[in-house]
Amino acid sequence: MSATAKQARQRRKFWGGFGYHAFGIGAALFFFAPFAWTGLASLRTGSEAQQPPLPPWPTNSISFDTYAVLDTFGAGVWQHIFNSTIVALATVVLTVIVSLLAGYGFSRYRFPLKNVFFVLIIATLMIPFQSILTPLFIILAKLGLNNSLVGLVLVYVTLQLPFSVFMMRNAFDAVPREIEEAARIDGARDLKLLIKVLLPLVMPGVATVAIFAFLNSWNEFLAALILLSDNQKYTLPVLMTAVRAGRLGAINWGAVQAGVMVMTIPCLVVFLILQRYYMRGLMAGAVK
Amino acid sequence: MTSPALTLAVPARSRRRRARMGQWQGLLYIAPAMALVIVFFVVPVLFTFWMSFHDWPLLGQPEWIGLGNYVRLLTDNRFFTALKFTAYYTVITTIAIFVVAFPLAIFVEKQRRGVGFYRTVFFMPVVVGLATASLLWVWLANVDSGLIGPAIRMMGVTGKKVNLLATFDSAFWTIIVMVVWKVAGFTMIILLTGLQSIPVELNEAARIDGAGRWQRFRHLTLPLMRRTIALALILSVTGSVLAFDQFYIMTSGGPQNRMISVVYYIFNQSFVSFHLGYGSALSIALLAILIALSVVQLRLLRVGDDK
Repeated sequence: MSATAKQARQRRKFWGGFGYHAFGIGAALFFFAPFAWTGLASLRTGSEAQQPPLPPWPTNSISFDTYAVLDTFGAGVWQHIFNSTIVALATVVLTVIVSLLAGYGFSRYRFPLKNVFFVLIIATLMIPFQSILTPLFIILAKLGLNNSLVGLVLVYVTLQLPFSVFMMRNAFDAVPREIEEAARIDGARDLKLLIKVLLPLVMPGVATVAIFAFLNSWNEFLAALILLSDNQKYTLPVLMTAVRAGRLGAINWGAVQAGVMVMTIPCLVVFLILQRYYMRGLMAGAVK
Repeated sequence: MTSPALTLAVPARSRRRRARMGQWQGLLYIAPAMALVIVFFVVPVLFTFWMSFHDWPLLGQPEWIGLGNYVRLLTDNRFFTALKFTAYYTVITTIAIFVVAFPLAIFVEKQRRGVGFYRTVFFMPVVVGLATASLLWVWLANVDSGLIGPAIRMMGVTGKKVNLLATFDSAFWTIIVMVVWKVAGFTMIILLTGLQSIPVELNEAARIDGAGRWQRFRHLTLPLMRRTIALALILSVTGSVLAFDQFYIMTSGGPQNRMISVVYYIFNQSFVSFHLGYGSALSIALLAILIALSVVQLRLLRVGDDK
């Protein structure tokens, strides 16, 4: 009697687990398959690349033809990888520096209009940047920063600030003041105090800010499309519009697959390595 | 926020001295951030208003036309078509995302073997760009070189070529599938934070009282998640109202120009036809719509009642 009850329970547990993982793997396939499919398909030879990816893997031999074709667009794919990388890295560095300083200022100092300033920075979240692109275009032109990667970086940094300043202020708020007082007594002041003593303590916050800055600037499309007009300066997503448009009415789908992989792989690598910090940022934003 | 005990631990004299010095130092620390926000955000927002009262060509002198742009906007059929399409798209995407993301959130809530793996994989499309995702899916949906159409044909469902992007409905649903693929993981994580904030004991108590699974979900889980659902809803609606990349890349506004979203229309007016003043007026309209939508949604979900 008890033996059969135990068996029944075990059987139910087995089928429960089976159903759970069947659903999980099915859903995982849906989310992962497009990446795998593109990745495999991009390794087919040039003539194969135009065929439907059935099967997706190369049937003859692995080749990098599609990547070579991608290189014939724009100013060569390396130039655009370089542009995208520079823009993303500059955005990360500037965002970290500016939000580190601002987070520290908002957390530790009292000054007139402090709350007004803080609300002003956070309020920019309410206004989508899509609605201010037209004047941004003109203002950047007035500043001599139109069609310039510097201008693009400054816009990206600004877009990152609400989230980043909020994150960094919270990170500093979580650091006990005794640590600072002790460091002050030891003679550390101002920037030295901030960099030598406090920076290591808010590193997780910095990591979160950096990941979001990287992914958002690497992936951003509309602002880059509008603000960059020179072929040489295109970031990868803008280059891909040329690939997507095709030549003489014919689209080279191999180059599209290769381009998708070039844009995807850095994002996935950064995410998989620094997932913990990414999720922390997301949760912090959600709880807020 | 520091606790009062911590503040008291600091000697009063040093605190006062620092407060005096801090007036300026604090401002110095936030100065770079403020400068960027003012130059690249506050000024552009104000400038949008200013421009919207002008006929503003790319080259040549802007001309003050008062409410001219707004009058034009109210009689612009193409704008209202874009508005209608964007509303339709927003409703359908938001429903589709929730229908997929809610079960996923419930699925990944329980700590079981492999749950970390599932969370990671479901989330992967979120970190790639919308432009990248659009490009990937426009290939998958291509009639000759793609995957979906040829696969349907190979399975013998139809003998004809399947061009998903040729008609409005099939192109629209292709884009919906792409967006769900791209965004569901994000909404899932947001909803997960809500699910996890519900005390386990509450669920247990309801179960012991004889509440069924659906009853518990309907009368316990959903009400307790109201704030999270409101957040997920606002993020989804805002994101959809601002949609641009997928239409530009996947269909070029296409079949018969029926997929022009509001942002796409602003883009066309400002940067294709170079009616910068009119584009600004349209931007202001978009802004007003978004703020109204957020207010309505917060009201509908009565966020703050239970705060």
